[in-house]
Amino acid sequence: MPEGSIKDGIGASVRRKEDKRFLTGSGRYTADITRPGQLHVHFIRSVHAHANIKAIRKDAAAAAEGVVAIFTGEDVAADGIGGPICGWVVTNRDGSPTNEPPHPILANGAVRYVGDHVVAVIAETLEQAMNAAELVEIDYEVLAPVVDLAHAGSGPQIHENVPGNMYFDFELGDEAAAAAALDSAATVVELEVRNNRLIPNAMEPRAALAEYDPIDDSYTLFTTSQNPHLTRLVIGAFMLSIPESKLRVVAPDVGGGFGSKIYVYPEEAVCTWASKKLQRPVKWTADRSESFLADAHGRDHINKVRMALDKDNRITGLRVDTVANIGSYLSAFSVVTPTILHAPLLSGCYRIPAIYTNVKGMATTTAPVDAYRGAGRPEATYLLERVMDTAARQVGMDPAEFRRMNFIPKDAFPYQTPVALQYDIGDYEPPLDKALEMIDYKGFEARRAEAASRGKYRGIGLSSYIEACGIAPSAVAGALGARVGLYESATVRVDPTGTVNVFTGTHSHGQGHDTTFAQIVADKLGVDIGSVEIIHGDSDRIPFGMGSYGSRSLAVGGAAIAKAVDKVIEKSKIIAAHLMEAADADVVFADGKFTVAGTDNEKGFGEIALAAYVPHNYPHDRLEPGLEETAFYDPLNFTYPSGTHIAEVEIDPSTGVVELVDWACCDDFGNLINPMIVEGQVHGGIAQGVGQALLENAHYDETGQLITASYMDYCMPRADDLPNFKVDYTVTACTHNDLGVKGCGEAGAIASPPALINAVIDALAPLGVTDMSMPATPEKVWRAINDAQTEAAE
Amino acid sequence: MTMVNLTLNGKQVSADVPDNTLLVTFIRETMGLTGTHVGCDTSQCGACVVHVDGESLKSCTMLAAGAEGASVTTIEGIADGDSLHPMQQAFHENHGLQCGFCTPGMVMSAIELVQDNPNPSETEIREGLEGNICRCTGYHNIVKSVQAGAKMMGG
Repeated sequence: MPEGSIKDGIGASVRRKEDKRFLTGSGRYTADITRPGQLHVHFIRSVHAHANIKAIRKDAAAAAEGVVAIFTGEDVAADGIGGPICGWVVTNRDGSPTNEPPHPILANGAVRYVGDHVVAVIAETLEQAMNAAELVEIDYEVLAPVVDLAHAGSGPQIHENVPGNMYFDFELGDEAAAAAALDSAATVVELEVRNNRLIPNAMEPRAALAEYDPIDDSYTLFTTSQNPHLTRLVIGAFMLSIPESKLRVVAPDVGGGFGSKIYVYPEEAVCTWASKKLQRPVKWTADRSESFLADAHGRDHINKVRMALDKDNRITGLRVDTVANIGSYLSAFSVVTPTILHAPLLSGCYRIPAIYTNVKGMATTTAPVDAYRGAGRPEATYLLERVMDTAARQVGMDPAEFRRMNFIPKDAFPYQTPVALQYDIGDYEPPLDKALEMIDYKGFEARRAEAASRGKYRGIGLSSYIEACGIAPSAVAGALGARVGLYESATVRVDPTGTVNVFTGTHSHGQGHDTTFAQIVADKLGVDIGSVEIIHGDSDRIPFGMGSYGSRSLAVGGAAIAKAVDKVIEKSKIIAAHLMEAADADVVFADGKFTVAGTDNEKGFGEIALAAYVPHNYPHDRLEPGLEETAFYDPLNFTYPSGTHIAEVEIDPSTGVVELVDWACCDDFGNLINPMIVEGQVHGGIAQGVGQALLENAHYDETGQLITASYMDYCMPRADDLPNFKVDYTVTACTHNDLGVKGCGEAGAIASPPALINAVIDALAPLGVTDMSMPATPEKVWRAINDAQTEAAE
Repeated sequence: MTMVNLTLNGKQVSADVPDNTLLVTFIRETMGLTGTHVGCDTSQCGACVVHVDGESLKSCTMLAAGAEGASVTTIEGIADGDSLHPMQQAFHENHGLQCGFCTPGMVMSAIELVQDNPNPSETEIREGLEGNICRCTGYHNIVKSVQAGAKMMGG
């Protein structure tokens, strides 16, 4: 861990600069913004999973009080408006491209999921829009839905250009090598798992407010986005044909994202489009029901896993066949999530000589599915860590020791996996050992016995994970089908008085960038953290940006900031050398001061800033005045955080309730800038993973109705569902960014579900239970216990 | 329309609003105090918790007209000038918030929880905050914040 040179620098748990506005109710979220004369839009959404639209009668609604306009898919088509695009596609096994169906922003002729956008009713007040919507009559010809993922291919075709309802058929690895390993294995371990479908549920529902300025023919869109520049690019270039220079996208305070606010959705495009047509600002705020229905969902895989072990229980091969639910349309990262962000993770932290995987991406009449916290990596980790436990049990080894003996050894880095990635650095045993100690693994059997004396089943479960973060090297991403670069930009503007403004293309929606990034700058420049302002979320103020997802903000965006600060320092050194009449090479910068080696000459950073803007005595022949530098940083590799999480549970056989009694984890995120914020990210990630493993499940019934469309039906983790978490770290610094950081935002959500399910199975293993699907609800657990007992009695 | 008169953060306010106006709508839209948030439509999430006559209440569960004559306190009304309320300060010190969206409701619920029970145990805090959903923090640091806030409030 590098020692920060100043109190609030790198490595210090600085309290967050952004807290005060949130704690006093002064945060400014999109729904809080009001523009004079604004109209409100209410969307009429499909009530059917799959239907043709035969007629829409809107005359009565159009005549209702306060109604200004009613738009349908026909209006959208007439104006030549495009739909949201898929940002990353893959090549199929047979060399053909991903099948990309059109995605109109208002349904044109057909609806493909419950919640699909059909009509936009725009009125003076939201209530008037909602009342008028009641008067719109839509004739549907109802078609058979496609809900069952396992049989989606044999259902009625949903899109004209998606035969067999298969968007893509992707593969990675060496099929023959994996088959050979399985054929010659001493032990073959087989497992089928379902990665349950989740609904992200950021606490702030999505919202958009668009305003058109007829004077200069420009638009401003306030929206709940994790990446305002991408929103500008997609809406401007692909949907509404607005020059990017005429579209300003502002993502102000955003109340959580977890992936769901990466994508451009139809609603924000409708608001933007309508704002010009109606020459009035147009606002939309989702209610929670709409969030459930129409935010992109997450996960939803079926994975068939076969693992080969040799006679010494070393892993020799792995084959995984995955069917991924992509839903009704291709959302921006829907294709990359179960493929490029999933398949290369199948080596985990293990030495596995041969790996092959096939992923089929299926269309169903359900909401679009896309990246949700972890995005492909939780699914890979879940199946791998479940099969690791299954294998350990099958061969009679302790699960910790089975993992340990199969870890990639620390002297094997950089390590090339058989599934494309090259891990730069890692050391997997220390976090395992630390986590085992933190939870007192050795004392577990005594705790199990004690719980048994109270009639409870106690279990312990591990998960050792790796993830690929800091998405992504643009050249690699491009070669793999990305349609964007994945660098990040930063501008560091030093004011004449020495205060510093940092413009970053990442976006903070809870991650604390105002503080973490300020620490980096304060540390490097030797200035007070209070004099550093972080500015993000406004396409007019930031040079460019790719936003925040994939734990990239620090590893890519932070690295860009560090690079821009270095440029500022380099320029400042030349100014300092000029002022002190020294050679550039003799000037040393440390602790906010420029000194000349071997003399007592020194200039403070503030003096240099002033000289840059008041350049009376200045090296004009070498430098332009001013002190502002921009850097774009494109990473050389992904970063590879890793670690071990351990869950301990107690199950009450009379109710089937799983009580999470203890949690210990040790993560290697590389260097930490703000350990307090990192710990908060770990806590939140674990909670979402616990939600997936025990509580949350998005369920469509056989007709395609979303049964879990409110907080009454979709079980969110609440304070009394969770314990305190024991969190610790080891550090192997990332080798390819200057900060040595790896990213921490998704680890908890990636690592935790298999640890928990492994613990549940461990608790019930004495009864003969060998499997448990997520979420492990009381009913399922109770049935598993009773079925096992019944079987034993027979 | 109904004329609603109430005390909002110590100030007398009046407005003529449609009969079906919820208290949360009155606070956010009629009075422009946007610190109180709306996170759901089933009175589950707790982002809209305010105090009505000293009791915490999900302001989406009451009509504005129902608060006639009442004293309503929102997140904007608990700091003393520039000095944060001890519970706000405790959330800051203990990293009890991330995206900030659930925070106003969480803080308002926590204050009432401590007013009713000055020395709450971890279990009592977790059970007491069951009506407030946070998606970011995993509650660990919220519980820590409430414990610290309880001490700072003199429990």
